[in-house]
Amino acid sequence: MSQLSAENLQLWRGETHVLRGVSFVLGRGRCLQVTGSNGAGKTTLLRALCGLVPLEDGSVRWDGNDIRNDLTAFQSEIAYLGHDNGLKGDLTAHENLYYSVGLQREVAAQAIGAALARTGVAGHAAAPVRRLSAGQRRRVALARLVLRAAALWILDEPGSNLDEGGQGLLGSLLDAHLRAGGAAVVATHQPLPLSPAQLHPLLLA
Amino acid sequence: MSTGQIGFGTAAARLMARDLRIALRRSGDSLLPLGFFLVVTTLFPLALDPELSLLRDIAPAALWVGALLSSLLALDLLFRDDGQDGTLEQLALCGQPFAGLLLAKTAVHWLLTGLPLVLVAPLAAIALGAPYGAMPGILAALLLGTVALSLIGAVGAGLTMSLKRNGSLLALLVLPLAVPVLIFGARATALAIAGEPLSAPLYLLGAMVVLAATLVPWALAAAVRIGLE
Repeated sequence: MSQLSAENLQLWRGETHVLRGVSFVLGRGRCLQVTGSNGAGKTTLLRALCGLVPLEDGSVRWDGNDIRNDLTAFQSEIAYLGHDNGLKGDLTAHENLYYSVGLQREVAAQAIGAALARTGVAGHAAAPVRRLSAGQRRRVALARLVLRAAALWILDEPGSNLDEGGQGLLGSLLDAHLRAGGAAVVATHQPLPLSPAQLHPLLLA
Repeated sequence: MSTGQIGFGTAAARLMARDLRIALRRSGDSLLPLGFFLVVTTLFPLALDPELSLLRDIAPAALWVGALLSSLLALDLLFRDDGQDGTLEQLALCGQPFAGLLLAKTAVHWLLTGLPLVLVAPLAAIALGAPYGAMPGILAALLLGTVALSLIGAVGAGLTMSLKRNGSLLALLVLPLAVPVLIFGARATALAIAGEPLSAPLYLLGAMVVLAATLVPWALAAAVRIGLE
C-alpha cells in the first residue's frame, strides 16, 4: 500500500511559525487538496513533503517509512511541479522532457511526443521553450508529470496560467493518475474537478 | 514503474550533454570570462615599461590574478539560471545522488570556462614575455589550477545563488579560499619561466585538486540545498 502520512509537522521560517502541527493520512487513489490564505504555508508544506525543506519536528512517512531514511529513493517516486516550471528556455519542449525524465529512466522519443500531444502542445515540440506562452510552458511541465509516471504527484498551483481547456486537461490528468492507483498533493485555490471520494481537503490556517 | 531505470553514470552524462547543448546555444556567455582574461593580462605589457625582464617578473602574478578573476566572473553562470527557472530543484528531486550531479555540472563548467582559458593562456604568456620553453610548465600549472578554482568556486556559487546581488559576496567568500592555488600556481609559473624544475608546486596543486574533488561534492550539495530552501 503506497500511502503518504504526515504527523505533527512543525516548521519555523525566521520568526514565523509556518507549519503548526500539520497531520494527515493519504491513501492511494486520493488527492490531498491543500487550501489556505496567501502566506498560510501551502508552498512550504509541499516543499517539506518533497524533502526540499527540512522539518523542525514531526515526520513524513511513505509506505510507513520515514522519508528521511532514504530521501533519494523517496524522491525517485515523486513528481513535483512548483511555481517555476523547471524548463530551460534555450532547449525545445522535446529536449526539455528528454533531459529531465531521462535523468531517471530511459525515455523513448515516441513517448515524449505522446505526452506532449496529451497536453496539447505537440505542435510546439521543436520550438525553444523560451518562445512559448506561459500557459504553453505550463502544459509542457504537465507533460513531464505524465512522463515521469511517479506514484505521488506534488503540485503547487498547477492551474496557474492555464486556460479553460488547460484546467479541464489538468483535471483529467489528475483523475487518470488517481484511478491508476497514484496519490497527489495539490495546493490550489481553484476547485478540482474530482469526485468527493477522491478528495481529501486540508485547510492551513 | 521502475522499467528502464538508469544508473548514475548515464544520468550524469545526460546532464552534461544538456549543459553543453545549452552553452552552445548561448556561446557568448562562456566566452566573456575568456575575453576578460585576455584583456586584463595584455594590459600589463601596455601599462609597464617595455622591458623584458620586468615583464617576465610580473608574468606569473598577471597570469594567475587574471585567471582567478576570470574564474570568479564565470562562476555566475554555474547555478544562477538553473536556480531561477526551477530546473535545479527538479535536479534535486530526480532521485539521483545530488552531490554527483552537481559535480558533473561543475565539470562541464570547467570544460566551458577553465579549459578554454588554459588554451589561450600561451597568447597571454607570450605577451608577458615568457619564453616558449616555459609553455608546458605554465599550461600544466594552469590546467591543475583552473580545476581547483572551479571546484572551490562552485561551493561559493552554491551558497550565494539565492541572493540577488551576489557578485561581491561571492568574491569575498571565494578569493580567500583560492589563495593557496594562487600562491603555488604563480610559483610554478615563475619557476617555469626561470627554466627551473617546477615539480614541487605542481604536486601541491595536484594535491589541492584531489582534496577539493573529494570534499567539494558534499559541501556543494549542502550549499545548494540551503539555496533551494
